[in-house]
Amino acid sequence: MKQVIKTFALAGVAALALTAAARAEIKIGATVSETGPAAFLGDPEAKTLKMLVEQINAAGGVKGEKIKLTVYDDGGDATKARTFATRLIEEDGVVAIIGGSVTGAAMAVIPVAEEAKVPFIALAGAIEIIDPVRPYTFKTPHTDRMACEKIFEDMKKRGFTKIGMISGTDGFGASMRKQCLDVASKAGVAVVADESYGPKDTDMTPQLTNIRSKSDVQAVLNPGFGQGPSIVTRNYHQLGVKIPFYQSHGVASDGFIKLAGAEAAEGVRLPSGALLIADILPADDVQKKVVSDYKAQYEKAFKEPVSTFGGYAYDAVLILVDAMKRAKSLKGPDIRDAIEGTQKLVGTTGVFSFSPKDHLGLDLTAFRMLEIQKGGWTIAK
Amino acid sequence: MSEFMQFVLSGATLGAVYALIALGFTLIYNASDVVNFAQGEFVMLGGMFTVFAHAAGLPLPLAALLAILATAFIGVAFNKLAIETARSAPVVSLIIITIGASIFIQGAAQIVFDKQLHRFPSISGDAPINILGATILPQSLWVVAGAVVVFLGLFLFFTRTLTGRAVMATSNNRLAAQLVGINTNLMMTLSFGLSAAIGALAGVLITPITLTSYQVGVPLALKGFAAAMLGGMGNPKGALVGGVLLGLLESLTAGYLSSQYKDAVAFIVILVLLSVKPQGLFGQKTVNRV
Repeated sequence: MKQVIKTFALAGVAALALTAAARAEIKIGATVSETGPAAFLGDPEAKTLKMLVEQINAAGGVKGEKIKLTVYDDGGDATKARTFATRLIEEDGVVAIIGGSVTGAAMAVIPVAEEAKVPFIALAGAIEIIDPVRPYTFKTPHTDRMACEKIFEDMKKRGFTKIGMISGTDGFGASMRKQCLDVASKAGVAVVADESYGPKDTDMTPQLTNIRSKSDVQAVLNPGFGQGPSIVTRNYHQLGVKIPFYQSHGVASDGFIKLAGAEAAEGVRLPSGALLIADILPADDVQKKVVSDYKAQYEKAFKEPVSTFGGYAYDAVLILVDAMKRAKSLKGPDIRDAIEGTQKLVGTTGVFSFSPKDHLGLDLTAFRMLEIQKGGWTIAK
Repeated sequence: MSEFMQFVLSGATLGAVYALIALGFTLIYNASDVVNFAQGEFVMLGGMFTVFAHAAGLPLPLAALLAILATAFIGVAFNKLAIETARSAPVVSLIIITIGASIFIQGAAQIVFDKQLHRFPSISGDAPINILGATILPQSLWVVAGAVVVFLGLFLFFTRTLTGRAVMATSNNRLAAQLVGINTNLMMTLSFGLSAAIGALAGVLITPITLTSYQVGVPLALKGFAAAMLGGMGNPKGALVGGVLLGLLESLTAGYLSSQYKDAVAFIVILVLLSVKPQGLFGQKTVNRV
């Protein structure tokens, strides 16, 4: 009997010690695809999360408490993401989850987080994550639909109402094509030619020839990702098509100009976040400081160019920390309420203002319309 | 009319790319009856080696030459390390070994090079050439020229040289070939080295058009394989004609039917043709005497 009491007492002390330790830090969890086919998304995301949490802790933490970050690598696999979300909540006892580099992984985390009433900030693009709105799920990247709206807005401004589309059949291209067709009529734009190409195709001149032969096409849009858009741009130049040409945010990187060649890419317009053009943003731009700081810190720490994807993770931490400072307590439901109350928070992707009806919180100003001129980026007027 | 012309020129561009890759299959097939599924990786290596040698400061022609030699060396090593050690295995096992090699080379390229897309400048610039209202890039003509030169070289090699006939003999009957004094191991090494070199040459010529990265090999090899099957596996003339036909089929389908069905139509035509003429357009019927 004595032995039993002793054990209980010991267990009690141990439990007390554990809670005391737990109270001294705020636990945040993340599941991103650091490896695997989506490593180009998850790798900068994980790096950014770790860098930012270190900075916050060095500056004294949140409400005087340090943040303890646990990052798992789901390799872009939905099943693993779900398992890790469960482990984060049940074993690691986190108060919030950031992650889901790809849409599949993000969608797998949602039911787990919703059931446990733990706020979840997703880093994947699809609109399905926040539409319909679920109480505990938020996301930071802008959607394909917004990119379409931004492009159509620019086309309308230049007086183009009849356009041709040539889309990749890869996941990104197919999804964006669908979103663009959905919003086209509302934006007052008619898609009069709709061509496609495979993600590994090496010549798209027949499709472009067909678009060119439709005399009423005033502008051409190419939703796609990877090598396709570069080849389409080169083919466009080869055929000597004079109609204005638009690319998507999927290729908003210096690599695109290099692959397509400055000559072929001349005059191409595309929407992009502020991060890529941190250097040429006007000094009075609201996002200038955030994106310049993040770019400088990331490039100094990791010796590689900053990417939009890392920016999504940066914004997720920013939103979470800002909400925790305002929250009544550090419990899931209170943090959730505080996140939903976020107003005009300037991030790298855009300015976030959440509401019970909007868990993305961005508007079209998050996108800048860029034009490629002489092999470099300029802000389109 | 100018549209039709454009579809034909696009088809010719694609066709020359496919033909050049299909030609790479013929040598190894003729020496050993093995369809080398790592052929696409040789194409990838040719492009990637050139990109990185050029980036390291070598002039482009020298970088290309170096890429072809390095890839040929890898082809020889592949034969020595993987194929020769499994020489007594049936052809199917050897084909599976080539698939394994393809996965291995891709993985290694990912680590040795990187995961980005690359391109280097075209040989004679990017100004399109106008033909009857349609355009073609000068680089496409280089690919066509490359395919024709490789075709002629292979044709002469197999019909006019003793070594070429020795390669054929090795595939027909290895034991008999050995008995008449042919060094069959040397013939295998030679065919892998040359096939790799042809693949690398294809990679060097097509990269300015198709771009390159560690994972371009498999899709290119599949198209090249389809072209080789269409024309008749092992026959250089078949590879050339098969490649051009496949390219034309794809671009005409994309132009006149729908771009979504272009791969499907091309493969349906191949399936129908193979069911009528299983050895391909120019393939030889194998006759077994009992």
